[in-house]
Amino acid sequence: MIRRFTLLAALAAIVLSGVVVSTGLSASAASEIICSSTTSTENSGLFGYILPIFENKTRIKVKVVARGTGAAIEMGKRGDADVAFVHAKEQELKAVEEGYFVNRHDVMYNAFVIIGPSEDPARITGMKSAVEAFKKIAASSIFISRGDKSGTNTKELAIWEKVGIVPKGQKWYLEVGQGMEKTQRIADEKRAYTLTDMGTWLMTKDKDKLAMMIVLEGDPALFNQYGVMAVNPSKYPQVKYKEATEFIDWLISKEGQQAIASFKDSNGNLPFIPNAK
Amino acid sequence: MSSILEGFSQALTLILHLDAELLGIILLSIKVSGGALLIATLTGLPLGALLGLKKFPLGGFFVTILNTFMGLPPVVVGLFIYLLLSRSGPLGFMSLLYTPVAMIVAQSVLAFPIVAAISHSAIAGVDPILRQTAVTLGATPVQVSLAVIREARYGIMSGVMAAFGRVMAEVGAILIVGGNIAGYTRVMTTTIALETDKGNFELALALGIILLSISLMINTALYMIQRRGMVRTNR
Repeated sequence: MIRRFTLLAALAAIVLSGVVVSTGLSASAASEIICSSTTSTENSGLFGYILPIFENKTRIKVKVVARGTGAAIEMGKRGDADVAFVHAKEQELKAVEEGYFVNRHDVMYNAFVIIGPSEDPARITGMKSAVEAFKKIAASSIFISRGDKSGTNTKELAIWEKVGIVPKGQKWYLEVGQGMEKTQRIADEKRAYTLTDMGTWLMTKDKDKLAMMIVLEGDPALFNQYGVMAVNPSKYPQVKYKEATEFIDWLISKEGQQAIASFKDSNGNLPFIPNAK
Repeated sequence: MSSILEGFSQALTLILHLDAELLGIILLSIKVSGGALLIATLTGLPLGALLGLKKFPLGGFFVTILNTFMGLPPVVVGLFIYLLLSRSGPLGFMSLLYTPVAMIVAQSVLAFPIVAAISHSAIAGVDPILRQTAVTLGATPVQVSLAVIREARYGIMSGVMAAFGRVMAEVGAILIVGGNIAGYTRVMTTTIALETDKGNFELALALGIILLSISLMINTALYMIQRRGMVRTNR
């Protein structure tokens, strides 16, 4: 009999803490919202900087789930987030039109840039048009695509459309299905070109020891707008629309915009420029 | 190579200056995986015992299903639980998605077939003489069953340990249903995945070393209990 108790004690030793879980963790405060957002915003450290300011002021806790923009919008469409903070304006407006989201606002922007190997084998440096650059890369080098419906991927596909090439399945076109930073590293390893956002690039190029450089920037076609929108409460009555609206209002308020403007990443760069109207 | 050495030294530094955030992540890992293991054991062991002790029509079929489910891909389980718990899914009203409870549910599903299948094979493998002896000595059916289960306890424990290893190391399912929310659903494995994504390889490796150390401690404790039990049995 004692031996059986030993066995039970052994089991208890591993699982004891599990009991604590059911009591302790399920309780969630009333004022918490889930914000679906993108890896570029989360990894830059922006949320770690601005959310404490918002939380202190309103006592609303914002829980961020970082995905690609496509997945982040999808989360909202299924009602699994209360608010979405993403960067693919056409996709956002479409989702608003379909009735999944309401109260969409521009929040901030930065720029996409084309990066490539430092030796620039396709000779892109000096070019002005992203469309022309893409054409040249397609003809003479390799392009790494996020391939994950993220905001960056959406922008990239829009440029390919203007080029008039369907890149999917081409030998020089690799869809990796990874986040921005990993994609940059893959481009570095493969000595290939890719489209990235300025925030991620500035934050990671030294840390990841990338032998890459910006080969094209400044084309207005590479504008990267971030927007925020609330999940439509008439679709999903359980969403915390009031708190989500409070968060949106704060982001586009003078105070929120100033918080974004003063955010510096770990290298001291200012990755985002506020532009709420 | 330097990254690997750096990872080890960073692991040491992290352990020496255990900050509140890391401690929270470690504790949540143990709570989620421990909770899942508790549920899996409470449900899997009785099922394994039932299948091992009694003859059923289709019994072999169920065992095959269990054996197959030992190899359930975590991402598929994660996706399935996600669709169940999503606000637009059948259990959406419970608001469990992106909570530690959802993570426990997903890991329970992963651990359950392992506990059940290995318990079953341990119990089915007990020498039939033991049963006959117990019956001859006038044991009731319940007493016979308990005697068989007790005889199989080390095999059962192996199953529990294997399941524990599976859930502690798992990342695919809890990433989908937990969302890797900082300070709330972020555990060791999802932190390692995130830091790898962010290119902080040394930190990621350091966290991996800490995770392994925790598993080592838990397994050592279990082994010692098991060995003490064996010594006593053989006496």
